[in-house]
Amino acid sequence: MDENKTLVKVRDLKFARAGRMIFDGVDLDIQRGKITVIMGPSGTGKTTLLRLIGRQLKPMQGSISVDGEEVTTLGHRRLYELRKRMGMLFQNGALLTDLSVFENVAYPIREHTNLSDELIRTLVLMKLQAVGLRGARDLMPAELSGGMARRVALARAIALDPMMIMYDEPFTGQDPISMGVLVRLIRNLNDALGLTSVVVSHDIEEASSIADYIYLLSGGKVVAHGTTEDLANSDSEWAQQFMKGKPDGPVPFHFQSQPYTDDLNI
Amino acid sequence: MINQLQSLGHKALDFFQRLGRGHILIVDVLKGQPALFFRPRLIIQQLYSVGVLSLLIVVVSGFFVGMVMGLQGYNTLVDFGAEESLGVMVALTLVRELGPVVTALLFAGRAGSALTAEIGLMKATEQLSAMEMMAVDPIRRVLAPRFLAGFISMPLLAAMFSAVGVLGGYFVGVGLLGVDEGAYWSQMQASVDLYEDIYNGVIKSIVFGFVVTWIAIFEGYDAIPTSEGVSRATTRTVVHSSLAILGLDFILTALMFN
Ligand SMILES: Nc1ncnc2c1ncn2[C@@H]1O[C@H](COP(=O)(O)OP(=O)(O)OP(=O)(O)O)[C@@H](O)[C@H]1O
Ligand SMILES: [Mg+2]
Repeated sequence: MDENKTLVKVRDLKFARAGRMIFDGVDLDIQRGKITVIMGPSGTGKTTLLRLIGRQLKPMQGSISVDGEEVTTLGHRRLYELRKRMGMLFQNGALLTDLSVFENVAYPIREHTNLSDELIRTLVLMKLQAVGLRGARDLMPAELSGGMARRVALARAIALDPMMIMYDEPFTGQDPISMGVLVRLIRNLNDALGLTSVVVSHDIEEASSIADYIYLLSGGKVVAHGTTEDLANSDSEWAQQFMKGKPDGPVPFHFQSQPYTDDLNI
Repeated sequence: MINQLQSLGHKALDFFQRLGRGHILIVDVLKGQPALFFRPRLIIQQLYSVGVLSLLIVVVSGFFVGMVMGLQGYNTLVDFGAEESLGVMVALTLVRELGPVVTALLFAGRAGSALTAEIGLMKATEQLSAMEMMAVDPIRRVLAPRFLAGFISMPLLAAMFSAVGVLGGYFVGVGLLGVDEGAYWSQMQASVDLYEDIYNGVIKSIVFGFVVTWIAIFEGYDAIPTSEGVSRATTRTVVHSSLAILGLDFILTALMFN
């Protein structure tokens, strides 16, 4: 693979939480300018992976490089410089509750640039327009629905036109219309601005409709990866089960536990 | 037995780890102070919520404490025919002792708990994480201005408390019980020493302000990010601050007035 084309490179990643291995040797490449979708059952560590890439967590072992910089050993200043070029959409939005929708989107712009109020206003309204919430600019986060909050958070994540955006479950809680808009928005942002997108999702249909490349995680490992067609036609049981949503197969539905009958004392 | 020993060791380790984290945090917060110079609006906002909003309770308490001291002092002093010294007694007690201590206790309950709860909830709702990912360091952006505001507010509040307390004593002593007005003020003026009394009181209030605000922001930042964790952190802020205030007051008093 061409080195310059890879924006994020994860090698032999190991990470444990509360004594349980979440990742046990994960290798992963995220191509520049592409939409990479990360899928996997709930609780496999998709959110954790994004946090590791953003260095909110430190891996036990392995390397993660973003745009040629090794994030696991980056100093404070360099890390913050790098983060200016990363956007992240949190699973629950994580809006600043004491600021209005407008101010939330303006926040990163105000923090990192000296633009005039006039210009900031224009930029913020553009971003809010893109997510269809220009009319909600004066609402407070507490007055938004979950889906709306996530769209505001998306507007905030793209406020500084980063080189890469990580979306944590952007589609949950969206009605079919805003879902369609979001899918197109992610695609357009990616293509028009030359962004690199990492999308974490359960939504096979939506995810495979925008994915350029898919990674399937389960049990702390990458169990399958490839383009949508690759996976759909793959004879890997993992891929087959996940793409078709079958309860039986190698992907466990249950959180690791002792046998059911033991638990019930039968 | 082994288990008890183990849990004791665990608690001790936990304590020292928290102590270490607390010190690392305060160093980071102090390093973030110079940058605040360029963002006065951040500080003004916090001065309002930490300082101005604590003003009412401090002033009201100060007035009542002053009035009580006027009453109690008068009853004691009048037996010795020394009721003219009421002003000195009220002023010295307030400036040296009650002003800084009671203000700090009120400050811990009013502003400290609010700081902890606010920061803890920001952590629990991932707002601090979101800031980090927006390349905004929450220690500099959220904690540092709050710390500075607490540090500035506390001595000013203590001064207000003492001033209002002296008025409360005047109101009861001179106004209601008939102590000579001239004696109340002139004896106070003659006996309260700028260095010995006032400066030492101010130093106490500065130390208390530093410690209470430090505890409050640390507890919030270190809180377990759940509703229970935040509520426990808030309680700890009030309890630990109060103990720290009283303990430090003893040490400072021993050093200063000995
Ligand atoms: N603070 C924590 N302490 C201990 N374990 C944690 C913590 N946070 C998450 N975990 C564990 O890490 C695992 C991965 O969590 P993560 O949030 O990354 O899952 P996910 O793949 O994003 O799931 P979902 O699709 O439901 O969002 C989970 O099994 C969870 O039990
Ligand atoms: Mg998740």
